[in-house]
Amino acid sequence: MMNTALTILVIGRNQQIMETVLRLLNGQVGWSAIGALTDSEAKVKFGETKFDLVLIGGGVEEKSEQQLRLEFEKTNPLIKIIRHYGGGSGLLFNEIQEAMKY
Amino acid sequence: MKTILHKANTRGHANHGWLDTNHTFSFAHYYDPARMHFGVLRVLNDDFVDGGKGFGTHPHDNMEIISIPLSGDLEHKDSMGNVAVIRQNDVQILNAGTGISHSEYNKNADKKVNFLQIWVFPKEKNIKPGYGQINFKPENRLNKLQQIVSPSKEDDGVWINQDAWFHLGNLKKDFKTAYALHQKGNGVYVFVIEGDVTINLPTGQAGGQELNKRDGLGVWDTDTISIVADSDTEILLMEVPMNL
Repeated sequence: MMNTALTILVIGRNQQIMETVLRLLNGQVGWSAIGALTDSEAKVKFGETKFDLVLIGGGVEEKSEQQLRLEFEKTNPLIKIIRHYGGGSGLLFNEIQEAMKY
Repeated sequence: MKTILHKANTRGHANHGWLDTNHTFSFAHYYDPARMHFGVLRVLNDDFVDGGKGFGTHPHDNMEIISIPLSGDLEHKDSMGNVAVIRQNDVQILNAGTGISHSEYNKNADKKVNFLQIWVFPKEKNIKPGYGQINFKPENRLNKLQQIVSPSKEDDGVWINQDAWFHLGNLKKDFKTAYALHQKGNGVYVFVIEGDVTINLPTGQAGGQELNKRDGLGVWDTDTISIVADSDTEILLMEVPMNL
């Protein structure tokens, strides 16, 4: 898994958790992750890069999540969008493995 | 009734030097798609931390994190201002909600701390973070099931943001008891801390499952289970919703 190229957009509201998640993801060979702390920032970044995966983290409201999912899936029907639980935790790589089914 | 058995020696294992850990469910770089969770019970780690070592400050969100020391002392500090040492007979919960950061260190330099860390998916996301810690009297679980976690602030146990109930029991050899589930749609995960037990199905159904130290058995689609202590035993029961 660790050598497979993956481009990831992380959306969250907590700066510290965002930094932790990005550090963990970008520490993997071939992985490239960027973060967005607001919906508008997420939409701009999603339009600029072809992502394989979107991670939605803590603090993102249900309404925001629904809107982002609709918009992203409309733009890229193949995009994988998952919830990240635990905050840069031991679940992070499991969640990605499940989503990408390596 | 349905069951799933996780023998102790099938758990994921990692030895990081200062941390020797066993994972009942997939965690960190241990990944088994067949062992992702039992209902909303997502993590059951059995951690042994060397003297003076521990987990530096790290964040969490949207997770109910329960720590149960089995031996030794664990020092906790968090971003809500809580500073505590949790010891045997204590149960601690972090309701991570919108986000907290904390550290956990072995308080003692000269002996290991062994503790269970259990993560449960929250019922409600993005709640205000919370902290709970209770010291329980061990005599109140001798040949009894002592409630240590509940979703009601008026009920016994630390409060959890989930329809979940945890119990500990110290059962003497040949003692028999039963556990009735609180809520339809829930299952119960039995974890043997010490000793040997047999989990029997409700009256009228054949079969039973013998469990030994650190084995786990998930049971669902039933209202009750019966428990027989095959030796002096300590068990943890975790009742959780089965639907994520």
